[in-house]
Amino acid sequence: MTTEHLFHLFIFVPLFGYIISLFLPRNNERFLSGFAVVTVGAHLVIFLVYLVYWLFNNHPTLNFKDLVLFKATGYEFYIDFCFDKITAMYLFVGSLLTFLVTIYSRAYLHREQGYKRFFNTLLLFYFGYTITIFAGNLETLFMGWEILGICSFLLIAFYRDRYLPVKNALKVFTIYRIGDVGIILAMWLSHHLWHSNITFLQLRNDELVHVQLENHSLVGVVIAMMILVTAAAKSAQLPFSSWLPRAMEGPTPSSAIFYGSLSVHLGVFLLLRTYELWEHQVSVRIIIGVLGLSTSIVTTLIARVQSSVKSQIAYSSAAQIGLIFIEVALGLEKIALVHFAGNAFLRTYQLLVSPSVVSYLIREQFYNYTPRVSTFEDSFPKKMEYSIYLLSLKEWNLDSFMSRFVWNPMKVTGRKLNFLTHRTVFFFFVPAYLIGLACLYTKAHIPDEIHEYLPAFFALIGLLMVLKSFSERKDVLLSWTLIIMNHFWVALAVSFNENFTFGQVHLYLSGIVVAGVLGYFLLNKIKKAEKAFDLNNFYGHSYEHPRVALAFLLCCLGLTGFPITPTFIGEDVIFSHIHEDQYVLALFISLSFIIDGLALVRIYARVFLGPHAKTYHEVAYRSS
Amino acid sequence: MKTHSEFDEQHIIHELKHYLPAQAPLKDFIHHNTLHAFQKLKFHDALRNASKMFGYKVSLSLSEYRNLYHSKKIREEILDKVITGFKGSSSVQEWKEKMVSKSFNTSTDPRIGALRANWKIVYRLDLDLLVQPILFRILCSYLDQGISIWNFPVHELGFLASLKEMERNSFTSFFKTKRAKNLLLKSEYKIEDLLNIIVGDKSLYAQYLFDQQFSHQGWSGMVSAIEDQPETLLDSKKISLKELIYFELLLEIDELDNKFGPIWAPLSTRIENKPDPLFADIPETELNEVFKLWQEAYEWSYYDEVLAGIKMGHTPKTEIADKSFQVTFCIDDRETSLRDYIEKNDPKCETYATPGFFGVEFYFQPEFGKSYTKQCPAPVTPKFLIKEVGITGSRKKDVHFAKQTHGLFRGWIITQTLGFWSAFRLFLNIFKPTMTPATASSFSHMDKLSQLTIEHKDSDVNENGLQVGYTVNEMANRVEALLKSIGLVKDFAPLVYSIGHGSSSVNNPHYAAYNCGACCGRPGSVNARVFSFMANHLQVREILKTRGVTIPANTRFVGGLHDTTRDEIVFYDENLLSAENAQQHAKNSIVFKKALDLNAKERSRRFVSIDSKLRADKIHKKILTRSVSLFEPRPELNHATNTLCIVGRREITKQLFLDRRAFTNSYDYRIDPEGKILVNIMKPLGPVCGGINLEYFFSRVDNQKLGAGTKLPHNVMGLFGVANGADGDLRPGLPSQMIEMHDPVRLLIIVEHFPAIVLNTIKSVDAMYEWFINEWVKLAVINPETKELHVFKDGEFTLYQPLKTSIETISDVTSLLETNSDNLPVYIIK
Repeated sequence: MTTEHLFHLFIFVPLFGYIISLFLPRNNERFLSGFAVVTVGAHLVIFLVYLVYWLFNNHPTLNFKDLVLFKATGYEFYIDFCFDKITAMYLFVGSLLTFLVTIYSRAYLHREQGYKRFFNTLLLFYFGYTITIFAGNLETLFMGWEILGICSFLLIAFYRDRYLPVKNALKVFTIYRIGDVGIILAMWLSHHLWHSNITFLQLRNDELVHVQLENHSLVGVVIAMMILVTAAAKSAQLPFSSWLPRAMEGPTPSSAIFYGSLSVHLGVFLLLRTYELWEHQVSVRIIIGVLGLSTSIVTTLIARVQSSVKSQIAYSSAAQIGLIFIEVALGLEKIALVHFAGNAFLRTYQLLVSPSVVSYLIREQFYNYTPRVSTFEDSFPKKMEYSIYLLSLKEWNLDSFMSRFVWNPMKVTGRKLNFLTHRTVFFFFVPAYLIGLACLYTKAHIPDEIHEYLPAFFALIGLLMVLKSFSERKDVLLSWTLIIMNHFWVALAVSFNENFTFGQVHLYLSGIVVAGVLGYFLLNKIKKAEKAFDLNNFYGHSYEHPRVALAFLLCCLGLTGFPITPTFIGEDVIFSHIHEDQYVLALFISLSFIIDGLALVRIYARVFLGPHAKTYHEVAYRSS
Repeated sequence: MKTHSEFDEQHIIHELKHYLPAQAPLKDFIHHNTLHAFQKLKFHDALRNASKMFGYKVSLSLSEYRNLYHSKKIREEILDKVITGFKGSSSVQEWKEKMVSKSFNTSTDPRIGALRANWKIVYRLDLDLLVQPILFRILCSYLDQGISIWNFPVHELGFLASLKEMERNSFTSFFKTKRAKNLLLKSEYKIEDLLNIIVGDKSLYAQYLFDQQFSHQGWSGMVSAIEDQPETLLDSKKISLKELIYFELLLEIDELDNKFGPIWAPLSTRIENKPDPLFADIPETELNEVFKLWQEAYEWSYYDEVLAGIKMGHTPKTEIADKSFQVTFCIDDRETSLRDYIEKNDPKCETYATPGFFGVEFYFQPEFGKSYTKQCPAPVTPKFLIKEVGITGSRKKDVHFAKQTHGLFRGWIITQTLGFWSAFRLFLNIFKPTMTPATASSFSHMDKLSQLTIEHKDSDVNENGLQVGYTVNEMANRVEALLKSIGLVKDFAPLVYSIGHGSSSVNNPHYAAYNCGACCGRPGSVNARVFSFMANHLQVREILKTRGVTIPANTRFVGGLHDTTRDEIVFYDENLLSAENAQQHAKNSIVFKKALDLNAKERSRRFVSIDSKLRADKIHKKILTRSVSLFEPRPELNHATNTLCIVGRREITKQLFLDRRAFTNSYDYRIDPEGKILVNIMKPLGPVCGGINLEYFFSRVDNQKLGAGTKLPHNVMGLFGVANGADGDLRPGLPSQMIEMHDPVRLLIIVEHFPAIVLNTIKSVDAMYEWFINEWVKLAVINPETKELHVFKDGEFTLYQPLKTSIETISDVTSLLETNSDNLPVYIIK
């Protein structure tokens, strides 16, 4: 078997496993979970056999270019796979833990509503994880990354009929979304830097990287920073750390495997993968190291004051990942990998046994009770001790920091756009768009000084649309429509940039239009059937309309550029047409992409998730 | 609650505490009536009120009842009878139609929360979302029993005073704005003053506080419980509900100031219509009546069958000439099937049941234990202390719970070393689960080979106001009382066992709920052993002889513990047996072993993971594995399906198959013609068995609001409670894994005695009578002479003739058990 075939096997086993699992009967628990165990188990066995073979053959770094998904002049979107010791370690830890936790969950989730949903999502997660760690270029990695993000959302909101899981799933998703944009911008910049989509392996080509970076040192730093933002978001480093304990809303095994081990270490993976990119930039390495150090100190302090067992584990895990960041910054790849594996195993196990903590510690305490254990903080001056304690209890205001500097400004701007209603949108913006289109066709006649600003201007209109969509409280259909329109404005903006074929715009918009129209239809259906229908509350309509909810989720994914429609490639294509000096345009469009994802998931969550608006059955308290 | 034009802080707080959940911290988990606050009302009135006031779902859904009816689990004849009873025979058709086919809007529209909902509606401010996470975190850190590494720095002063001390001496603040900070630091303000700022209108204060505290009733209830019984925390903390309210109001002012600046209009000025007062009358609707009729019909469909079975299955006792042994278990419903199997395996033995503390109430201090555990029913305050000495084993530790793993540098080393060990441990735990230090094991409660200080000598000094051990006279009183209450006063076998019970489980924060309720949520091993010691004491036997109970010299009492999860029994002080007794004991042990295997087999029918057709001993091995499996959220099913409580001689139920649904309390009316002993037997039945039954009832009908929801996402908070996720409210009540099998049917107590005596008995104590007259438990009596049945209703007993005229007789239930996992009907076994 050639390496290619083998790689395909690695990718397709979880993919087919996932797809088949969707069609298994809902009420046959043994079969459903048994199938998941076999899928993951088979994957593990294939991998272990290959691992031995690979190790005995001097563990070479392997890379091969797979499917080319899209090709145009100067641009190629292709899937690329790579296998080296980083992949090997991540796959070893990932497949072993997933296998064990899948078996664990078989009995643990018995009789739970959503038994099938759980194993479906688990397999999809595993597929996303495999793609991510096998990815040979940023584009492939991004595909896996997107799948992981949505799986996280689904698993945190596994108990979708309660308020907190849904709220926290949204919160985590927003943080992940910030990370996604880091990757998008990094892809955009590196595309311009090397004038092609390069693979991680090519980064090891010192000449290629070094020469380019010397000439464009700022771009190099920016790319590295974008990657760092992504890595920090995913690995719960400052200032994002506070999402990690809040992700522990699903069944304990899923929290253990995702947030205790696999998902949260992917930030480290990203840094290891792109190491060659910033290896020679001392400033970047210092920043990574300092970020890791400050995270490990702050989160250790927070962990020390946690009085709930899962958040304590979450913060101490984040602290260890901070140390791993330092190790990575120092170039200690092997230590980082071992540290990753140890931390992942330890935290998974600690989370899995966390319910035992009551009987264990109470018994311990019964025999060894000392009224107050003095800690090193007691040696601080009183005022300092109290201050640090209080700060740590308030999680160093990380949460309010995020809402103050990130979310609130967006909401405030969005609310300033309250004049936007269905009417104004249709009667003002549709004609405006048509004028824009007209300009596009008569581009030649527009003076250069105006032409220059047009792309950014149209992108700004698009951005305002999503901002409004994100802050809209009442009109669900308006919010949905604005998101669709945003994509059209973005397409218009980029079309001004240069003469590229409409095929590429169509590629981008095709998914948008299909998902948009279908989503509109589904929302309209719910609007007609239900009284409680706006964006001011969570209404939990998935209780009565589970199928509509699922279909609508797919529409949302289509609209966010999830790798199920051509829009996913289109998005990347669009970015490749933003010139490297058009920072403002890139900023507007990437902001649009972040917020548009948030607005979409927000619509889905508010309409379909949370405590059900109808109370003829058991409905959970809002505080649970 | 009366309406007060003036705000009476004391009164409101008292009322709040009355209505909040009363669940103690996890280690002292004791079942109780979830709706205890409504116990002054008749059952159905209470349900109606609780539902309208607090939005609880209080019964099965209409469609569930209808399905039960269509599947004949609710019998038509019973339904007719129930409707006739409530509505007269002429309305049977009319009501039946309403019940079976009329469509109703069954949504709940509770009064609670309506006032505070205006923050969101009018002020567009999600106050709970802003206040609750930080409030819960501060509360949890203050009350924490040992999870955090760095404890709350100030705690001796009480909750508010500690916060004040910290606020005063800190560069940071609990608050975002000035006013709230100043209000905390200056202590001259009262709750009323804060409410004046927030609400403005005095007439709404009480309702506001109810809304506020019931928006997180888990935490408020825990604070209230700790305030009332501070000794429930090992690391004791001073806190009161009043302080919690005060601080929460400050946080609310803080958030309002933060959003609107220092000047904003209080809530009362901006609402147009005052919401309905929480305590205003709640008239009965047609739907309420429909639910009432369904519930009664559902219950009587089962009761009727049981009563018919008792009437028909009753056979006179055949005297056993040469008894092999006698054994007394706890009244616990989980012991009934084991008793059946023991009797079946050895027809020469006799079994009894009595509350599992065996009438000996004391605090227990294990060797090296830093504090005491109470070993008797929760309301009793013992004066005695039993100490354990000379233990042999040592406690094993598990490094995964060690705090060092959360340190930065030690964590760095531990992750890279222990981390890989964890992977291996996880592997073992999944493929070969074994007992680990993480397991809460019933047998480790007391070391098998240790000694207990049971006899009090005059020279012994009291410890902390407790007498160490009992005097001979005190022992004699207790042994006499117990033996007389179960009717074992003569014809003693050579070996008399008293077997307490406990449970072993892992990954189970609710472990205490699985242990013996009569021993305050602990295993009953110490009590069984103490009681046996007393009954073996020669001087005690001398005294007993003078009181008419003669225990032969060659009779030995042996204490033991039955682990209801693992189906294992451990006996204590076996080495003290004479050679002859030891030989007999060895024989008996085989009987027990066989019975335990069969019991495991019967239990296995409820577990999907075990094939009930396998041989009993094979199933037993699987049950053992199950009890130590990390991934098994149902180590056992505890009291699920309990519905009956039988007080009387063994022969009234010996022939009946009751499917482990009955508490049984041995009692011989002949020893107690006036019902003096019966008072003491029946007094705890309401709070203990009724409490268990109602907690299962309400956790089953509304697992979200009255139960704890599914346990799979639970996060342990401060070692005293569980919550969902990191920021959630505490979840009192039972998790869904405990109640999913349960049929919400009230407890039917069946007493073997004369109706007049039983009536006098229940009327003799007001608190006891309330349980019966308000119908929180149902009561029936079987006349020991005429075998007629009488049912208690509205203060009197009326003759009951079961509608069911035949009960199926079978010779062996095994094949039924092997093929059914649902609740089984009553059978007569012959």
